[in-house]
Amino acid sequence: MSERVSRLVVVGNGMVGQRFVDALRARDPQGRWRVTVLAEENRPAYDRVRLSAFFDGVGAEELNLHTPDDGVELRLGEPATEVDRERRLVRTAAGEHPYDALVLATGSYAFVPPVDGATLPGVFVYRTLDDLTAIREYARGRRTGAVIGGGLLGLEAANALRLLGLDTAVVEFAPRLMPVQVDTAGGAMLRRYVDGLGVATHLGVATTAVRSGPDGTVAGLELADGTVVDADLVVVAAGVRPRDELARAAGLALGPRGGVLVDDACRSADERIWAVGECAAVDGTCHGLVAPGYAMAEVVADRLVGGVATFPGADTATKLKLLGVDVASFGDAHGATPGCLDVTFTDPATRVYAKLVLSDDAQTLLGGVLVGDASAYPTLRASVGGPLPAPPLALLAPEGTTGAGAAALPAAAQVCSCNAVTRADVDDAIAGGCADVPALKACTRAGTSCGSCVPMLKQLLDAAGVRQSTALCEHFDAGRQELFDIVRVRGIRTFSQLVAEHGRGRGCDICKPVVASILASLGSGHVLDGEQASLQDTNDHFLANLQRDGSYSVVPRIPGGEITPEKLIVIGEVARDFRLYTKITGGQRIDLFGARVEQLPQIWRRLVDAGFESGHAYGKALRTVKSCVGETWCRYGVQDSVGLAIALELRYRGLRAPHKIKSAVSGCARECAEARSKDFGVIATDTGWNLYVGGNGGFRPRHADLFATDLSTEALVRLVDRFLMYYVRTADRLQRTAAWIEALEGGLDHLRAVIVDDSLGLCAELDAAMARHVDSYSDEWRDVLEDPVRLRRFASFVNAPGVPDPSITFALERGQPVPAGRATADEGRQPVALGMPAVRR
Amino acid sequence: MTITMTTTSPPATRTWTPVCPLDRLEAERGVAALVDGVQVALFRTADGLFALDNRDPVAGAYVLSRGIVGSRGGVPTVASPLHKQVYDLRTGDCLDLPGVAVPRHDVRCRDGLVEVRLRREG
Repeated sequence: MSERVSRLVVVGNGMVGQRFVDALRARDPQGRWRVTVLAEENRPAYDRVRLSAFFDGVGAEELNLHTPDDGVELRLGEPATEVDRERRLVRTAAGEHPYDALVLATGSYAFVPPVDGATLPGVFVYRTLDDLTAIREYARGRRTGAVIGGGLLGLEAANALRLLGLDTAVVEFAPRLMPVQVDTAGGAMLRRYVDGLGVATHLGVATTAVRSGPDGTVAGLELADGTVVDADLVVVAAGVRPRDELARAAGLALGPRGGVLVDDACRSADERIWAVGECAAVDGTCHGLVAPGYAMAEVVADRLVGGVATFPGADTATKLKLLGVDVASFGDAHGATPGCLDVTFTDPATRVYAKLVLSDDAQTLLGGVLVGDASAYPTLRASVGGPLPAPPLALLAPEGTTGAGAAALPAAAQVCSCNAVTRADVDDAIAGGCADVPALKACTRAGTSCGSCVPMLKQLLDAAGVRQSTALCEHFDAGRQELFDIVRVRGIRTFSQLVAEHGRGRGCDICKPVVASILASLGSGHVLDGEQASLQDTNDHFLANLQRDGSYSVVPRIPGGEITPEKLIVIGEVARDFRLYTKITGGQRIDLFGARVEQLPQIWRRLVDAGFESGHAYGKALRTVKSCVGETWCRYGVQDSVGLAIALELRYRGLRAPHKIKSAVSGCARECAEARSKDFGVIATDTGWNLYVGGNGGFRPRHADLFATDLSTEALVRLVDRFLMYYVRTADRLQRTAAWIEALEGGLDHLRAVIVDDSLGLCAELDAAMARHVDSYSDEWRDVLEDPVRLRRFASFVNAPGVPDPSITFALERGQPVPAGRATADEGRQPVALGMPAVRR
Repeated sequence: MTITMTTTSPPATRTWTPVCPLDRLEAERGVAALVDGVQVALFRTADGLFALDNRDPVAGAYVLSRGIVGSRGGVPTVASPLHKQVYDLRTGDCLDLPGVAVPRHDVRCRDGLVEVRLRREG
């Protein structure tokens, strides 16, 4: 390929179109391709698979998949109208776009059966964010809804109508729900769930007409068996058809059921034209899932930079949660292989159905269907095409499903399908010294995307004979959670008692702060009382943050970031009088640096007198609850975010935890407070609050996951109470909430079960523990200032309390003091104050 | 960062300097003392009294007295509060970084008074 810049036109900016552009740009850092994307919709690519989340309060911004890229011209609302193969250009209403290569990623459209009334007002398809917005608008004030189509999309639509408050019915032409993915018995089990949700089902019957009411809008459906289903709103979800009209008009060959006919390189008969995603018929077959589309996108991206990739064939395995029900289907789910055998398990009591399809000699797993409990899915899917990892019944019975599983997997079986990691890869990593799940994640990337294979990673470690120690350190065999329970249940109140009865030795800098934190979480008085003081890290010991030169920084609490001018002036005066370097933090408060230990009580005397209290910047504890200014001032705000942030910060201040806890409250979906980067974040909605959990910035940034929607303030506080207390009780040492949730077996679903549905019967206890914390809160700094014994330790030298530490000296930088004379390796010499700005690393 | 191993502590004095009453030393914790201009970290643990230079030889800051004391395999230890390297309280040897050590000093308790004698290490 020559070095000149070539022109690439991409028609379509859906999920696959966007993935293709990203994949190409990643492979083409020199920018040999100048890319133009023609998009029909007025918004850039978004996550259509999660479309229904829109009804859970997830905003359009959150579904966005597009990141701006200077090397790509994205033309929104400019659909292609014609491909001129002769002149090699694409026409739109706005002009012409010449190409050297053209990629069609036009996707598909919703198929609407040709019945009378299908175009009446009130009939919708379920395809785009605009469709969903229109459905929501139209549903307002209406009572009944119906969905034509009982497949995956139809059930999602039914759930959406249900959430919008409509009495909902589903009409499916096939004799069962989700006919493509599940078999008859699985469909029957699924129907029990759907019935339980109050959604009516009409199966095995065609829709013959859409009825209109007196006002000319939709009023119901007429079915072939004569039934009439009342419906003020109808959604058609009867399948999709490839958008191949551009190719058809350009004279390109199509597949037998439509779609741009392409070879296994996704190239059409015209060598300059490619097709990817649902509009492509690869060797004649269209694929309606996103994963094969992504695979096609990678193939074409590779080809355009000179590669030889081919489409590997589609993996149609699916696992999803529909209407709260786990459904999975993989391999030859319908037993189409000649002579194959079925093993099924049905339990109407727990509403679990499972089926395995085996080869005629019952030796090889070919496929299967799971409804109600899909926990065996990772193991089973990885075993397709190989020997059964365990006797069929052991695999199918809920519980213990994965027990025998992972250990018996063949080496080539894929353990992590997100990152294409095989069992052999994992075993190699274990042989190479990976001794726990975090090490395996770092080494192989297994378990770093959806996390569903983490239980298998643990089993593979077990199978390799690696004992996964939970021991905290050499002094305790127990891990933090176990120690927490020991301390709580046995009422132990001192480290010496704990280490004498449940450990060995004298402790260390790992176990002592952990036990100090546990004792503090359980409300054992002031952190500097008695023996507890000796357990504290220096930050907690001096209630300030140790800096590199041995000085400390001071952070008074400024709840929600709201502060009066008077208090601001006090902070300024204190900083000036003690010559402290002053900086505004990311948590909407003010950090004062360069305080010596003996200055800390003097500084805090002034701050406490002015009404400040400890900000716990030094502790593994709640730091701040940031906020945007909210509806009080902001034109866009819909709730009082500052008021809530202050209330939350005051409620949880001083709560000692396994790690620091950060939070924020945004007053509207614009999210100016960056709540989704916090351990718990709150975003206002028109009717309440959405709660997000498990976010963090730092080394491995992570957005928080949506946990609950449209909560009242009271309900929100109750959930946060339980979330924090459950975290405090069960997380590992120095484990932020994100890692904690990831490590919970069952993840977010488990967390929801425990703190929303009270599956462990723990909620009352968690609520009471938080109530105790709130009632017993007292400002640590005020308490120190009132106690001469506690004050005694704030001395520079035990024999010369009036002499400041001579090693702490400052130079000026931008008008503020900074550590001078970076400590050098020369012994015995005191650092000297430099008369010029210090050199910063 | 270069870590210089040879130490040039101020001249060793053969005299014992009284520092403070024993009860000013918190159990299982350290404090800093100033002896002839030298910053000394004093520790009182169940294994007795220990004295090291207060200077963390890795970070160069005078903070060792603020570390958490404990044990490692029976050896009494203190961990630097800055980056957590662990030192043998008896010898000053760093247990995490081979070749790194912090100077130690003599310490005793006489008539309820803690006394320190600075040492020159070879």
